[in-house]
Amino acid sequence: MKRAVFKNNWVAALMVAPQLLIIFVFFYWPTSQAMYWAFTLEQPWGGGNTWVGFDNFAAILFDDLYWYSVQVSVVYAIGATVLSVGMALILAVFVDRQLRGFKAYKIGMIWPYAIAAPAVGLAFRFIFNPGAGIMLYLNDAFPGAWDPNGNGTHAMIMVIVAGAWKQIAYNFIFFLAGLQSIPRSLLEAGAMDGARVLRRMRDIQLPLLAPTFFFVLVINITDSFTDSFGIVDTMTGGGPARATNLMVYKIFNDGFQGLDYSGAAAQSIILMFLVVALTVVQFRYIERKVHYT
Amino acid sequence: MIERTPILNIVTHLILLSGLILMIFPMYLVLVAASLDLKDVSAIPPKMFPGDQLWVNMGVAWEKAKFGEKFLNTFIVAFGVVVGKIVLACITAFGIVFFDHRLRMPIFWAVFITLMLPLEVRIVPTYAVAANALQPFQVFMDVTGLTWAINAVTGIEVALEWNLLNSYTGLIMPLVATATGTFLYRQFFLTIPDELVEAAKMDGAGPVRFLREILVPLSVTNIAALATIMFVYSWNQYLWPLLVITDQSYGMVAVELGRLVPKITSTGGEVAKWNIAMAGTLIVMVPPILVVIFMQRWFVRGLINTDK
Repeated sequence: MKRAVFKNNWVAALMVAPQLLIIFVFFYWPTSQAMYWAFTLEQPWGGGNTWVGFDNFAAILFDDLYWYSVQVSVVYAIGATVLSVGMALILAVFVDRQLRGFKAYKIGMIWPYAIAAPAVGLAFRFIFNPGAGIMLYLNDAFPGAWDPNGNGTHAMIMVIVAGAWKQIAYNFIFFLAGLQSIPRSLLEAGAMDGARVLRRMRDIQLPLLAPTFFFVLVINITDSFTDSFGIVDTMTGGGPARATNLMVYKIFNDGFQGLDYSGAAAQSIILMFLVVALTVVQFRYIERKVHYT
Repeated sequence: MIERTPILNIVTHLILLSGLILMIFPMYLVLVAASLDLKDVSAIPPKMFPGDQLWVNMGVAWEKAKFGEKFLNTFIVAFGVVVGKIVLACITAFGIVFFDHRLRMPIFWAVFITLMLPLEVRIVPTYAVAANALQPFQVFMDVTGLTWAINAVTGIEVALEWNLLNSYTGLIMPLVATATGTFLYRQFFLTIPDELVEAAKMDGAGPVRFLREILVPLSVTNIAALATIMFVYSWNQYLWPLLVITDQSYGMVAVELGRLVPKITSTGGEVAKWNIAMAGTLIVMVPPILVVIFMQRWFVRGLINTDK
């Protein structure tokens, strides 16, 4: 690709310098610091860090609490992703039929994108509160039926529902855009061949939506590992008995409450690798999408 | 619509209506709770219609959380992030697309990689940088022996320090340090026809003039989209301000939400005032929702181009 360009490279350097400086200080340096901390241990009475190799990682990988946190994160990731992607897909496919009220439906599905994770967390903590509102009613009829403060499974369900609800709008936006980029002529050709609406959805729209679907799937899983902090912190604080202690939340707790920087850094590194791996998978699918069209 | 499908249309409307209810009903419950007094919030059977205490509760929440100053802070931070992002992303993309130098692709990748790791995963070391933003340069000077050299020549001990904790700069900078907007601009700049660049050059416009008088006016829709996304993103920040801000006069709204009701893990005997908490939640939710609804057209397109 040869483009018309300007020759003045000093101007170019000035243009990119501020961004490079900021990402160096606030991205590359911290990331490399995390590496450094993960392989060293801070001496209790000063005197710098000593090199400990993979000890920090070993300590984490032999820690049952860590594996429990991984397990909880995976449950959350699967639960929230399946719920929100599923709901968003159904809604987008039907909104895309563009019946009367199309615009109103569209805005109605999009606005929750703007709501902050802690606001969603707080709202759903109230809605699922065993001591107030609807759930109080339920507990009044069947004592002990709903107890997210004591029962880990209940707490997890609550966190998953809140996390999934928050994500629906985002997924919906992508699915609808994906559906609208499918040429109408394809659907019309399908109709000419006698395919009814549901058949066209199944055999034309859904297969053509596959690349968007994979993209959204990966973004959701990545987000559930990183973006869940606000929800967990306002809803359960990781409890009860660590039943909702997701990986990001554990890093925050170990690092800033427990002041175990090396342990938290090693956990960060593992999470980073996980997120990077997922992103690589995502790019492979996007590449594939280019060949589709 | 291609054919007549009366039954399926009714089914479609039913599905979409239940979708709308799913989206709106939780927030309706929040509104109801925010308009009741404390006794009615935990009444059996639950109240399903709003009471008359909404403004009272909002007033109490506003006072209790000091939302006046928190709103101001959040607006300042959001403004800083939006403007910083729009300007930085624009000039960076310009430097990458419209010049031909050997570092073009390396710079592109250096910026690109920042998309992979969200702030949350590298939160611990980023916090350390915020405590002293000049630390990278200090280490660089120590390692290269520059500190020693300066000390030997002038007798001055170099100790660089720039603490960003409890400051707007500390809140804004790490949120700007990602590639999101750069890619939005890059995609758009790549669609600018070569002829336009040649014509500008022919007329004697230098790179800066080309940027200011041709590219920026052409990217207004991009800017609108990016501004919406970044506004919502910074307004809703939670984890980062929670760490960096200990002095509450710099607090942001989303963090304050978490303090409206006692944490589930806290052992104190404080009663959760849900009506006040829900009123506070409503107050915090309103500005970004308004922005998203008004900017809907631009923001949807921008979001899809940014994240892909």
